Amino acid sequence: MNGAEGREPLVEVRGLRVDFKMKKGVFTAVKGVDFAIYKGETFGLVGESGSGKTTIGRAIVRINQASAGDILFKGRRINGAIAKELDREVVQKIQMIFQDPMASLNERAKVDYIVSEGLYNLGKPLTEAEREAKVEKALLEVGLLPEFASRFPHEFSGGQRQRIGIARALIMEPEFIVADEPISALDVSIRAQVLNLLSAIQKAKGLTYMFIAHDLSVVRFITDRIAVINKGEIVELAETEELFARPMHPYTRALLSAIPVPDPIAQRGRKIKIYDPSVHDYSKEGPAWTEIASGHHVLANRAELEAYAKEFGL
Amino acid sequence: MAKANTILSVKDLVIKFDLRGRVLTAIRGASLDLQEGETLAIVGESGSGKSVFTKSFIGMLDQNGWVDSGSIEFEGKEISKLKSEDEWLAIRGKKISMVFQDPMTALNPLRTVGAQIGEVLELHRGMSGRVAEIATVEMLERVGIPNPEMRYKQYPHEFSGGMRQRVVIAIAMACNPRVLICDEPTTALDVTIQAQILDLIRALQKDFNFTTIYITHDLGVVADVADRVAVMYGGKIVETGTAEEVFYDPRHPYTWALLSSLPQLGIKGQPLYSISGTPPNLFNEIRGDAFAPRNPRALKIDFVEAPPMFEVSPTHYAATWLLDPRSPKVEPPAAIAAMKAKYARSAP
Repeated sequence: MNGAEGREPLVEVRGLRVDFKMKKGVFTAVKGVDFAIYKGETFGLVGESGSGKTTIGRAIVRINQASAGDILFKGRRINGAIAKELDREVVQKIQMIFQDPMASLNERAKVDYIVSEGLYNLGKPLTEAEREAKVEKALLEVGLLPEFASRFPHEFSGGQRQRIGIARALIMEPEFIVADEPISALDVSIRAQVLNLLSAIQKAKGLTYMFIAHDLSVVRFITDRIAVINKGEIVELAETEELFARPMHPYTRALLSAIPVPDPIAQRGRKIKIYDPSVHDYSKEGPAWTEIASGHHVLANRAELEAYAKEFGL
Repeated sequence: MAKANTILSVKDLVIKFDLRGRVLTAIRGASLDLQEGETLAIVGESGSGKSVFTKSFIGMLDQNGWVDSGSIEFEGKEISKLKSEDEWLAIRGKKISMVFQDPMTALNPLRTVGAQIGEVLELHRGMSGRVAEIATVEMLERVGIPNPEMRYKQYPHEFSGGMRQRVVIAIAMACNPRVLICDEPTTALDVTIQAQILDLIRALQKDFNFTTIYITHDLGVVADVADRVAVMYGGKIVETGTAEEVFYDPRHPYTWALLSSLPQLGIKGQPLYSISGTPPNLFNEIRGDAFAPRNPRALKIDFVEAPPMFEVSPTHYAATWLLDPRSPKVEPPAAIAAMKAKYARSAP
């Protein structure tokens, strides 16, 4: 999965801005971000709460409206007013898995309806037998029994509920899945099951994922590339191991220094870096989104780029 | 066999709850000694009983729960049979304080943070008026809140999540407790804030000389803070040891499984080690080792008889039949062996 060049972008985000109207004026949650997600990869979007990571995910699945910029799916713009056929295609091909499986499933509906609800939006009427067959297949794919279809969400554990959430996405036969913190609400022993399931499905179906998370240790394990976002701006983007080997932006470094690792001796020797935005001197020259090494982008001005290049011998 | 400096000693504790006529056994005979000044982390998943266990130290079990048998000795005095609120108030908040997971629900949204800290000083230390105010401002400053005089008059919603948790810590510290129980204190916080809060608790512990119990499911946090670790599963403590012993030489199959399922120990592109099944249903009677049904290496006896605590070292114990001399030799999973080898290389 190395080398982004020459690969086919599935999703492209260009100059995306998302504003929210508040009582006191406008709050800009996403301040113009650019990135591309390539077919078949797992793209990680990492940041703290309030960074805008979830808003970007929701803008791609069109839950939040883009205030400016373009979102392209297979080269075609999908935000704003689009043709009905394209809209239907996007509804089908882009799916989302939500963070909290306790909150994201309709408590009053049976699993059967929850999993197949999306099919009703495709404008292609299915017979009852076809629909049931699809539900059964989706449940089996996520490791649940077909007879669970007649049960209600409250009868399931957190891990099983997240599997239902995944089945609901899979039944649409998507190409791209936005997974927003899909395991952070789960118990430690269940997390590995769900991560393995997501990987296995990706391999089997050639899916592309955008994985939104705050936990860098999980993101490191599952992603090919990572974008680090802070206060609505992407500050750094690189292949996963490159980012861990050569973190440049001070915010990325702070975030990396703060991840606790399950190793007491390593923990005791750890030095936490705190990000202080005043380390940037942008009085003479503001930062620009620059590719400093192959596939490694960072938000910096020329003086900072020189310093990074010197530090890492580029 | 409580040692001289044991501040809290729990023996064979059994806690039950009545849920609409059905009895659930949340704690099934847990024993633990807490040494003065140490930091102990209790690790477990939801439903393992870790929160219920520690709540019983401050008489905060829900109305429908009770200590069925066993004992809890605090500073040499039996406290598990205390009944009245007055008796508990001499301990809870005063000698044993608690920091909860979600600072927003732990604080009263309708009162200023100053009033909430002052209340504790008034109740437990008899301070009032200006004296309490000065002490409160000092406390806010001590937990790292900038502009304490101004912040004193503000309401919880005017604080960020990390600052709110600092306020909760200030309230817990107001009475200079002997023991501080931190129940998932950083789960609701961002990682960078989490690191700062853990550092703060560590610094306060140094200055005020209290003993800390962390309750958490996050093994990264455990590695960061703990001198000693207790692993809970199905209402029992299945392994205890120093942080080094539990992380680098774990003996219980549940501890193996928990550590090996961490993405940090996984190899990219390969499936993670995962624990099949779900935790036991505590309404049912559990026979043998509660983890046996999920343990691919389980022995026959694990399904029949609960294993006792075996001694690995004077500080390290585990409740698994694998430590019985008659047990066949069972190798831990690869990730555990790798961790152990790495430690052996790095150790002096």
